[in-house]
Amino acid sequence: MRALRTPLARVRGLGSAKGGTSHWWAQRLSSLAMIPLTVWFVASVVAMAGADHAAMQAWIASPLVAGLLILLVVATFYHGYLGLQVVIEDYVHHEGVKIASIVAVKGLAILLSLSAILSILSILFQG
Amino acid sequence: MAEFALPRNSKIKEGKTWPAPKDAKNTRTFRVYRWDPDSGENPRVDRFIVDLDDCGPMVLDALIKIKNEVDATLTFRRSCREGVCGSCAFNINGRNTLACTTFIDETKGDVKVYPLPHMKVVKDLVPDLTDAYAQYRSVEPWLKTDTPAPERERLQSPEDRAKLDGMWECILCFCCTTSCPSYWWNGDRYLGPAVLLQAYRWIVDSRDEYTGERLDQLEDPFRLYRCHTIMNCTRTCPKGLNPAKAIAEIKKKMVERQI
Repeated sequence: MRALRTPLARVRGLGSAKGGTSHWWAQRLSSLAMIPLTVWFVASVVAMAGADHAAMQAWIASPLVAGLLILLVVATFYHGYLGLQVVIEDYVHHEGVKIASIVAVKGLAILLSLSAILSILSILFQG
Repeated sequence: MAEFALPRNSKIKEGKTWPAPKDAKNTRTFRVYRWDPDSGENPRVDRFIVDLDDCGPMVLDALIKIKNEVDATLTFRRSCREGVCGSCAFNINGRNTLACTTFIDETKGDVKVYPLPHMKVVKDLVPDLTDAYAQYRSVEPWLKTDTPAPERERLQSPEDRAKLDGMWECILCFCCTTSCPSYWWNGDRYLGPAVLLQAYRWIVDSRDEYTGERLDQLEDPFRLYRCHTIMNCTRTCPKGLNPAKAIAEIKKKMVERQI
């Protein structure tokens, strides 16, 4: 019964969530982190164009490279999750579908980043 | 879920054409959005061909001439006719602006006049601003203090007063708010650029003692953080103000008090 509530009551709704700043700030910081990491990653891959499987494995097996790759994976999936959450909040107005898709995207980001990190670690420790 | 087509009752139809007087030489066509809630009909766009030699220079002059001489049922808000009251805000040729400060000469082709986008329409060019005004009310746009009022005026340095420049000039026409896609999709929870600019006007007022509480009220994923710096607000503001900057300053203050 929308009409029986005053406009001010509608607008105040459930009140301020007292949040959102850490989400916004994390989005800025993760995007900043991705600039040097992505430049490094693309430059490295371009420099190794034509390298064989063994050369790639040897490259990733260096602790510095593996560390940077893990940072890149974390920053990318974290930033991607934060961004997709905003898109879903913007456009999905059915509460159930909204919550389900946010949880699904978060789960997918965790699964994909975890599998990438485990792959890097397995190359690092087993060659 | 997302809607990709207009509802059936929102499809705009071709309306009537009102020709200019026979001896008119210098004419322009005004295509004006019409909708009458009592008729049960879909919205339509009427074409009014106006003799510019017998009309004031502004788009508002043409609308007033149409209402006075052609079709008295044309409904729109207007008052000061000099860009101070914010009543005659419409979407003119795709841009939200004030009809009273828009020269007909500076528009190209047919002049298309629609109500402010994505608001419920009361009639013709009159949008329902009830919720936007309630949102303005919700940021408590007045001086709030705990210290008892002084005997004389509340003092403010010229530097602190200068921080209010670019905000006190806002006339609350809601051109910016209704140009913002984020407000279109989430206007029930996002406060929109006009209200956030006014909120910031009180956050930076050195005389106000409720800065923290004001920030508390705004710190919300929807009320504030639906702003994605699209910048339509700043581009469209008929007073040349910068609501996007005010919103960015609020976000900076949110981070500033956490670190």
